Amino acid sequence: MLYRENGQFKSSYAADLQMLPIAQDRWLMLALVLFAFVAVPFLVSDYLFLSILIPFLILTLAAIGLNLLVGYCGQISIGHAAFMAVGAYAAYNLVLRLPQLNFLIVLLLAGLIAAAMGMLFGIPSLRIKGLYLAVATLAAQFFTDWMFARVKWFTNYSSSGSVSTAAVELFGWTIDTPVKKYLFLLAVLIVFTLIAKNLVRGRIGREWMAMRDMDVAAEVIGIRPVYAKLTAFGISAFYCAVAGALWGFVHLGSWEPLAFSLTLSLNLLFMIIIGGMGSLLGCYFGAAFIVVLPIFLDQAPLWLGIGISTATASHLALMIFGALIVFFLIVEPHGLARLWAIGKEKLRLWPFPH
Amino acid sequence: MRKNWPVLLLISFLLVGLALPLATKASPPGFYIEVLLGGLMAGVLYSLVAMGFALIFKASGVFNFAQGAMVLFAALAVARLSEAMPLGVAVVLAFAIMVVLAWLIERLVLRPLVNQEGVALLMATLGVTYFLDGFGQTVWGSDIYKIELGIAKEPVMILDNVFQGGILVNKEDFVAALVAALLVTALSIFFQKTSTGRALRAVADDHQAAQSIGIPLNRIWVIVWSIAGLVALVAGILWGAKLGVQFSVSQVALKALPVVILGGFTSVNGAIIGGLIIGVGEKMAEVFLGPVMVKMFDLAGGGIENWFAYVLALLFLLVRPEGLFGEKHIDRV
Repeated sequence: MLYRENGQFKSSYAADLQMLPIAQDRWLMLALVLFAFVAVPFLVSDYLFLSILIPFLILTLAAIGLNLLVGYCGQISIGHAAFMAVGAYAAYNLVLRLPQLNFLIVLLLAGLIAAAMGMLFGIPSLRIKGLYLAVATLAAQFFTDWMFARVKWFTNYSSSGSVSTAAVELFGWTIDTPVKKYLFLLAVLIVFTLIAKNLVRGRIGREWMAMRDMDVAAEVIGIRPVYAKLTAFGISAFYCAVAGALWGFVHLGSWEPLAFSLTLSLNLLFMIIIGGMGSLLGCYFGAAFIVVLPIFLDQAPLWLGIGISTATASHLALMIFGALIVFFLIVEPHGLARLWAIGKEKLRLWPFPH
Repeated sequence: MRKNWPVLLLISFLLVGLALPLATKASPPGFYIEVLLGGLMAGVLYSLVAMGFALIFKASGVFNFAQGAMVLFAALAVARLSEAMPLGVAVVLAFAIMVVLAWLIERLVLRPLVNQEGVALLMATLGVTYFLDGFGQTVWGSDIYKIELGIAKEPVMILDNVFQGGILVNKEDFVAALVAALLVTALSIFFQKTSTGRALRAVADDHQAAQSIGIPLNRIWVIVWSIAGLVALVAGILWGAKLGVQFSVSQVALKALPVVILGGFTSVNGAIIGGLIIGVGEKMAEVFLGPVMVKMFDLAGGGIENWFAYVLALLFLLVRPEGLFGEKHIDRV
């Protein structure tokens, strides 16, 4: 009764093309964004910002990047933390060697470097596909892991192999407190989500989806596989690199190569699977789930008052994490975004479902 | 033959790379052969893990990321059980545990996910990996354990009258290679000669056709996962005896992945030959190429074996997308 499109007529092409065609959706989204910008900074404690909201925002950005490649273009990658690493180290070196650059330009340049790298590692996708490609993308992961650990130039000859950064400064505005970090990241994420949304509903996104659904047929109707696959790899790597640079500069502050290991890659994949492949909203859900779950599993024994050793607790957390992933895949293989869509569909018919 | 020239080119490149250290006198021949043998031994162990991958992929189309976790789990079981009982009994008991595990995985994970896409199944096995890693360490403990096979660990010097300095070999490595060879032979006899083996191959060729002539798919999958469990058990014992049973054993799976894509997902023979190629290539690269690279690029230590296998496999895939022995695909709309 509350949520339906009855009576909302589109009278111009612009209205037909808008991103959220239903008025209620637009209001809800506006309210949500306002809430996130205005209310959340006053409501949330610093601990929650640092441990949940900031990682959530950055990982959502990375998950969107991976989802563009896996969910929209159908090319599986198990090595996307590699591109986050490239972004982080590229940004580190740019800031170190060209200190006068604006941080936003650093982000873009880091993204472009990673995009070139992504296209390079995307070249095998032209020959191999599916699970072969998935394993091949691991090459990117292990190669960058090794490169940033061993090639001293990238870490500015730091003896421990870890690098640290100063707080980000933007137009004279130092991003140092959790609230400032949160607002900056939120703005970045919203901009990049809008870009992604428009990419996937535009020409290039349709090419990706055609490639995903059946590559041979897509080729027959005139979609260039080289162009479609390599742009997907490039743009996806760009997103992940921006996320990686933010992860290093805003969230971690100082990091070592292990910060971008295979575990992070797998977590990104879990995010888009649990959230929903081929859905931007799903990236938000998935990232929220993966960020909150480990914290919850860590805290749960304390709340229940069970005294177990930390080692046992971490093993149990691993078990529960694994079991939950399998459970989710069985119950809803299309992810949380699908549940959301079902809920919306139900709401449109409510309270008269027939 | 003409279409195969890229493969030949690549192989000849590899052979040249293989011969280079000897030709340039960068190493004494005795040391060279030692490295070669070391590579082959490591390759045998990679092959064992890769075989587990290939078996399951062939029979059920599942890319089983959990193979490494199964190796760790089996090794932990043997190590801990053998503290309380003779090794033989412990191994048999561990195998029984692996069969139960296979049955549970089939029942709880694969059956509900039947007809899902490859990615979903891959993610499910990742879930199983996490679960097994946690479960194994909860049940068996997370310290470093030993498996005593009762074989002398001291290296033996052979052929010291042929080469200067002789060749150092480990007796244990030879036993490992022997056991692996026996396992492979036994498995290929099982696949070729027994009716269950034939049913397995039928399922591998075509699920639906196999089902329509009355082969029970579910039971076949339990058997395949049990065999993969057996292979994991053998690999776990051999690795465990060599390096000690600890969490890092499960990382062996990551080394075995390039082996599987090199050999072709569906080929057990490919897994064996791929394992040997990767094992030798990796050791050679680490020992002979590593120091050169360190000098050239001013690196903080070598460690190129971490990615060399992947790059090698990637090069092979660029010229032969289905791996060395994989089935050729013809795409139709």
